[in-house]
Amino acid sequence: MLLEPTSDQEFFRLNTDKFLADRMPISEVRRLRYDPAGFESSYWTQGANLGWTSLLVDEDRGGGSISGQGLIDLTLVAYEFGHHAAPGPLLDTNVVAAALATAGGEAHGEVLARILSGESVVAWCFAEPPPRHGLGDVGLRIERAGGGLVIQGTKRPVSSAEQASHFLVTGMGGEGEDAGMTQVLVPARAAGVSLEPLHSVDLTRRFWEVTFQDVRLPATALVGEPGQAGEQVERQLQLAVVILSAESVGAMQAAFDMTVEWSFDRYSFGRPLASYQALKHRFANMKAWLETGHAIADRAALAVGDGEPAAAEMASAAKAFIGQYGTDLVQDCVQMHGGIGLTYDHDLHLFLRRVTLDRTLFGTPTDHQLRLADIAERDRATA
Amino acid sequence: MTDDAEAAAEPVEDVEAFRARARSWIADNLEPVSSDELNSFALKRVPEAEELAAVEQARALQRKLFDGGFAGICFPPEYGGQGLTAEHQRAFNVELAGHEWPDKLSVPTMSPCAAVLLEFASAEQKQRHIPAILKGEEIWMQLLSEPSGGSDVAGAQMTAVHDGDEWVLNGSKIWTTGAWWSDWGLCLTRTNWDVPKHRGLTVFILPLHQPGVELQRIEMLNGSREFCQEFLSDVRVPDSDRIGNVDEGWTVGVRWMFHERMQFNSPYVTFPDGVAGRAGAVDVVAVARAAGRLGDPRARELVGEYRMLEIAVRQLQARLGDGIATGKMSDQAAAVGRLFTGLSNVRRASIAFEVAGSAGGVWSDDNGAASELGIQYLMRHAATIGGGTTEMAANVIAERVLGMPRERTVDRDVAFRDVPRGPMK
Repeated sequence: MLLEPTSDQEFFRLNTDKFLADRMPISEVRRLRYDPAGFESSYWTQGANLGWTSLLVDEDRGGGSISGQGLIDLTLVAYEFGHHAAPGPLLDTNVVAAALATAGGEAHGEVLARILSGESVVAWCFAEPPPRHGLGDVGLRIERAGGGLVIQGTKRPVSSAEQASHFLVTGMGGEGEDAGMTQVLVPARAAGVSLEPLHSVDLTRRFWEVTFQDVRLPATALVGEPGQAGEQVERQLQLAVVILSAESVGAMQAAFDMTVEWSFDRYSFGRPLASYQALKHRFANMKAWLETGHAIADRAALAVGDGEPAAAEMASAAKAFIGQYGTDLVQDCVQMHGGIGLTYDHDLHLFLRRVTLDRTLFGTPTDHQLRLADIAERDRATA
Repeated sequence: MTDDAEAAAEPVEDVEAFRARARSWIADNLEPVSSDELNSFALKRVPEAEELAAVEQARALQRKLFDGGFAGICFPPEYGGQGLTAEHQRAFNVELAGHEWPDKLSVPTMSPCAAVLLEFASAEQKQRHIPAILKGEEIWMQLLSEPSGGSDVAGAQMTAVHDGDEWVLNGSKIWTTGAWWSDWGLCLTRTNWDVPKHRGLTVFILPLHQPGVELQRIEMLNGSREFCQEFLSDVRVPDSDRIGNVDEGWTVGVRWMFHERMQFNSPYVTFPDGVAGRAGAVDVVAVARAAGRLGDPRARELVGEYRMLEIAVRQLQARLGDGIATGKMSDQAAAVGRLFTGLSNVRRASIAFEVAGSAGGVWSDDNGAASELGIQYLMRHAATIGGGTTEMAANVIAERVLGMPRERTVDRDVAFRDVPRGPMK
């Protein structure tokens, strides 16, 4: 999290922190285990009123940031989501809102307005089922048919698909030299769209497989030009990675603090756990991973927010690092707790679930290491 | 930063104006260097004449900085510095990227040595040495570790005995990098054996090349002969070269080690951005290519991990530097950077070795970037030993940053001469 937030940013973060503490205490997160959506719509509109959905959208489109750097402001919310193991479609609503506001022109203003107000939930349909396991390996087709479009393909995992009013779908389209990534906004209830629920490690995050079978839409459903969405999709991916990284750091911090406290309170052989050097050294390692996670998540947010040339590299370095060391850290917290750390009654698993899920979404550490290798090779070739 | 530096910081030059001035001065005065030439941190074999020429070059570059008004950016003006802030130093470091720089006057001369002088030396002592350092006339070394124990710094056995206006020093110091071409040393000594160990230490400064100082170079397993050991026999140091009060050397020592941990994060150190954290840095893409493995996904994954760690360490150090400078973190947080830098450099050495494939063990002269990585691998733990072990850093983090109970010690409340010691060999 930011080392030196402005007073406005700190006020904003504390607002979300306080709201989540009141509205979404751990007992409520546990209760939502059995809720079909994993969150309630009133919770989401209240969050939207706090600014959760507007930060990546310019003021003239109905959004607005706290500091002028909306993505950094959003990482403060994402951090609190991780810190409270809070439910809700924070990532998808923000990424889709940003896409509609920038690449969508004036066409999708109504949907955008409903996302910003919290009335509508949306989902980004990006990843696909095996064998398309590589990050950004997209096979779904978006073809022109008559004056409109026809969509064919399957996406998974798709967050909150059952609650979503619309899907931003990334596929391949365009013809000849213009063939390439293409994006459309699809009403979730359109004919030919079907949902299949999936299982996930998180208690409150629900995912679906979404199949688009001969889904026919007018050309106005396009978000940007057919075949020209490559850069926009890359941008969306970077935003997603920044949000997930900040969220995981929040969960790492919560798990770490909880475990440090435990190490002072828990006595074995007449001494607190915190007095054993073998354990102290593990805490020291965890502290180093945690601070590095903060540092690299913030750096990625800055680079992506400002559209720096290093944005892709910083985002992938953050996702690879936090994916690997975040899960290692919380798993070590489990080990420090002993058997109780593996029980449902203890809160630790809520944070373990969060970092574990986040690690797998929008590229595993391996995927992002491969991206870093691509970037390093390319930089060297052009140096 | 010291009080002096703050007191001197009246209305200072705007950072961006300073940056622009630095940029044009650097372009006019310093030669560009390729990143391949920036490996002077790597512990490697260098012919003696080449090394001495590099020292002279570093002195000349330091003098150039001084004459150009860019030496000692955070040092007080009354001692030849510029009286500016850490932010100015950082801006200068960014502009310096890709250029030659006085590497042999960075660490340990500027920090910890000059940083310790700024905090604890008298005005006369500072006047005598700081300008000389900033002009490149004095290269400093820390005489801190001893053969009897590296991490247990306060257990120093180098003895200083008062004799008239002088002190007589006897004992040995070790792991002084490049002492054979350095000028002055900052030396931690024991002046009282009858009190607990932290209460009988005193710090002195002394010229390294003088009768009674026998200097030996140590050959490391990779052939490097940069490290030295000094044997002091009846070396006489005037009382005017004492730093701080008699028997209160640990007050100095604590800050000394803080400045040592700060390394390239120190506002007193001028270095090109991107060079710190390059200790033993390898162009791992070039290694993969030389090993014929650039298309091998297993190698590419490792290349990506290497880059990830490079970036992660740099961001961590930047965060800690900011946190400490703004007071958001305690000075002790520097240990977090020391720990993770060490651990990740170990991992990076292993990655480079692994990517090299069989050339890691056996190579020919035409293996290019894949050559000699096995030697670096053998030296892997230099990263977790030099500058204080990572185990010590882990203790500092647990005890000083997280507030966990201290390790039990048996040497705290007894006279130092009664502290148990291993057999003398």
